[in-house]
Amino acid sequence: MQPKPLILKILDVVSIIVLAVAAYLALVFAPTEAVMGQVQRVFYFHIGTAWVGLLGFVIAAVAGILYLVTKDVRWDRFEVAAVEVSTVFFFITIVLGSIWARPAWNTWWTWDPRLTTAAITELIYIDYFMLRQGIEDPEKRARFGAVYTLLGGISAPITFMVIRLFRTIHPVVIGSQSAAAQGGFSMTSDMKVAFFFGLFAFTVIFIDLMWHRIRLGNLEDKVEQLKLKVSM
Amino acid sequence: MFLQAIPDTSNYMIAGYVFAFVVMGIYVFSIYLRNANLKRDSEMLESLEEEQSKKAKKK
Repeated sequence: MQPKPLILKILDVVSIIVLAVAAYLALVFAPTEAVMGQVQRVFYFHIGTAWVGLLGFVIAAVAGILYLVTKDVRWDRFEVAAVEVSTVFFFITIVLGSIWARPAWNTWWTWDPRLTTAAITELIYIDYFMLRQGIEDPEKRARFGAVYTLLGGISAPITFMVIRLFRTIHPVVIGSQSAAAQGGFSMTSDMKVAFFFGLFAFTVIFIDLMWHRIRLGNLEDKVEQLKLKVSM
Repeated sequence: MFLQAIPDTSNYMIAGYVFAFVVMGIYVFSIYLRNANLKRDSEMLESLEEEQSKKAKKK
């Protein structure tokens, strides 16, 4: 395996720093929201993880298309990395949303359009790994994976848009929200700083983790090839 | 008199942030662990391949 590049080492350090700063801005710098209290601070990480989660699913769909066009295995590794990192972040989004919902909506979960589409999206990508596990032929696995992420990628824009198109209790941060929305609030300038820095921080962390996961994929392929050579 | 007190929802906030950091920590650790295991496998397979090629040359 190639040694860790200097840029990746720097990115690791930067990721830790931006995560610490994002946590400071969310937990200390941003003012306490008057109606919901401290739990509103969960929102900064909830949105940050949701952003990279959905972004990764779209990136995976694009990588899937590129794999189908070029048949280059590197796009398959890229796709797997994007799906894996995004699935982890989107899982955090859903659980943070549920924790926020308990005091805000008086329930951990409700089958609201946003929550339903988010749960479906997460399940689609958990199934993606089950699908890949079930296919032994690497080429077939990559082809099926590419088609799957291409179709699954549709769920990301649907999840994003659903609160803007349907009647829902989920608040909309940017743009006009449904009349039925509960728990919405207007951001002060300090809240906006924490919010936008959170988006930036999670984007940096996402790139860092993606890079590590791609390198892991390269190593997996190398080991798979060595196993084939030795067994011959 | 008419001001409403801010509800104490600190426990939910703490639970949320602990959860987020624990999940991210577990994921980073899983990447590290998988990487270490694959490196070990790779080294072992490379030495095995070398042995096999040496034996083939002797024959």
